[in-house]
Amino acid sequence: MEAFDTLVLILASTMRLTVPLLLAALAGLYSERAGVFDIGLEGKMLAGAFAAGATAAVTGSAWAGLGMAVVVAVALSLVHGFASITHRGNQIVSGVAINFVAAGLTALLGQAWFQQGGRTPQVSGDARFSPIVLPFTEEIAAVPILGPVYRSLLSGQNLLTWIAFLAVPLSFYVLYRTRFGLRLRAVGENPAAVDTAGISVTWLRYRAVIICGVLTGLAGTYLAIAQSANFVKDMSAGKGYIALAALIFAKWKPVPVMFACLLFGFLDAVAIRLQGTPVPFIGTVPVQIFQALPYVLTVILLAGFIGTAVPPKAGGVPYTKER
Amino acid sequence: MSRPFGQLPGWADYVLMPVLNLGVAFGISALVVLFIGESPWEALTTMLDGALGRGEGIGYTLFYATNFIFTGLAVSVAFHCGLFNIGGEGQAYIGGLGAALVALAFDQVLPWWLTAPIAILAAASFGAAWALIPAWLQATRGSHIVITTIMFNFIAAALMVYLLVNVLKVPGAMAPETRTFAAGGQLPKLGWLLELFGLKIGAAPFNVSFLIALVAAFGVWVLIWRTRFGYEIRATGISPSAAIYAGIPYVRLVVVTMLISGGLAGMMALNPVMGDAQRLQVEFVGGAGFVGIAVALMGRSHPLGIVFAAILFGVLYQGGAELAFWIPTISRDMIIVIQGLVILFAGALEHMFRPALVALFARAIPARAG
Repeated sequence: MEAFDTLVLILASTMRLTVPLLLAALAGLYSERAGVFDIGLEGKMLAGAFAAGATAAVTGSAWAGLGMAVVVAVALSLVHGFASITHRGNQIVSGVAINFVAAGLTALLGQAWFQQGGRTPQVSGDARFSPIVLPFTEEIAAVPILGPVYRSLLSGQNLLTWIAFLAVPLSFYVLYRTRFGLRLRAVGENPAAVDTAGISVTWLRYRAVIICGVLTGLAGTYLAIAQSANFVKDMSAGKGYIALAALIFAKWKPVPVMFACLLFGFLDAVAIRLQGTPVPFIGTVPVQIFQALPYVLTVILLAGFIGTAVPPKAGGVPYTKER
Repeated sequence: MSRPFGQLPGWADYVLMPVLNLGVAFGISALVVLFIGESPWEALTTMLDGALGRGEGIGYTLFYATNFIFTGLAVSVAFHCGLFNIGGEGQAYIGGLGAALVALAFDQVLPWWLTAPIAILAAASFGAAWALIPAWLQATRGSHIVITTIMFNFIAAALMVYLLVNVLKVPGAMAPETRTFAAGGQLPKLGWLLELFGLKIGAAPFNVSFLIALVAAFGVWVLIWRTRFGYEIRATGISPSAAIYAGIPYVRLVVVTMLISGGLAGMMALNPVMGDAQRLQVEFVGGAGFVGIAVALMGRSHPLGIVFAAILFGVLYQGGAELAFWIPTISRDMIIVIQGLVILFAGALEHMFRPALVALFARAIPARAG
């Protein structure tokens, strides 16, 4: 029974750690399926987290924080779009630039406005997205297996967690069952064909990066005012890159993206759990192995040893209309 | 790559546009300073004074510039081949392991001028080794090198923390770092060089690595523009399919180019590890691998341009540190913002002014082409 309780604890922690990865990876999914590579997920998430933390601290409203996070992340997305769609700049360079600007500005403004070493003040109550306790949690808590699972994994999750997991089937529907999704995927594979059909490549790609901005804004909001109670300097801590790895690991498909994020979240949860505690028969496992594992797995996948990851064909290539 | 918006005279392409782009980046930086309620003019003078006002400041500026010359060259060599090596950070980190192992092995037996060449080789080969797998995967399996080198940055970070905490740490000590190298593992400072100009080096860690960096810059120039291999690199960068058609061995070229790039990034470690801290520390690279991208972009991938761009970034780093000291509201993070803006405007938006300039030149010099 003890092993079971530990498992439930690790799974609950997996859920919490997966949410920001999932939102960011889905954000990247829209952008990259439309042919715009985005290594700026990290920066947008960080900027969103700062906007959410700062706005929630000042206004006391989590919703205002959410709104501001989305506005800021979309603004950065539009900068990325302006550089890589309108001016056909290098998408990687633009993404790197956005990561730098976000890392610098959040810490600089955080220090200038709040004087707490780049943090925003702690918030509580309505300024955070609190856990939603589902009905009958206490009534069935005593039921073995079902009770603890219901209490720890389903009940007590906050709104953004629900949004993140509901965004998976929604993204599947949008990308594979709507006209917009078909066109979005087409523009990432063969923009010239889309253009010939009389559909604006530019506008389609801009819509894709805007959706990407909204989702990274949600991811940032989750970090700052759902998972924690304030923004801390560099709090995205490479999650944007892990999300990118998950996106590739999932071969740019929505449902596998969820499983990839759950796997990477699980590795993170296990790493936290195992810190300093020896595993039976193996001894102490260095926590760094778990930190490196998502990246190692992704490289092995890219090497073609776990199936093949075929990126969108026009990814990273700016579209030039025939002249 | 075809010029997307028509031709410009050479000087406009290589001088006017970069200056305009930089101007916008610094203009927006000034707005940021204004926005947090400080005077941009005062910030600028504080920075310049801190970076160039005294011998010690210049020493620090050139110390930082040394890092950026190495990483800038690393990025540029890959650029010439059409590859984007974003893994300079990890390659330099692993390069530091090579340099530190040599210094730890020989610092008590050999003088520094014998340790240094071995350390250079070790740092370069460790850095190159870290670039090998991404290069090989790119060349043979088509895995995107940007993604693999990013992954290798994180793998390097995890590996180095593990090694420093569990293997290389001094037993009983708290800090995850190696022991301090003896004199045989230290690179001497270049106080005499500054004294030629009547300057005092003070506490600045400006050291022999700077000269090694200049030699490396010259070497890269010879390699790219004066050797057959360099020609093959540039041909592949302009058109891989044409290069393959012309009989250039693509796989070998990509792998060797990335090994050179990784080796240059690895050599960056000499400066902070053997020139400054005299021990291997966690996260000693401190983002220099990424600054290399900005430096290579600004220097237009030419070694001379890279040296100047690296010094400019050295001024930013040292000046930024002084700025944070004298005007505490402007923390060191301001440098990161400026870096990001420079990468954005000099890199991703480099062609922003091109259509306007082309139109301007077309009007000023009407119908010259016949």
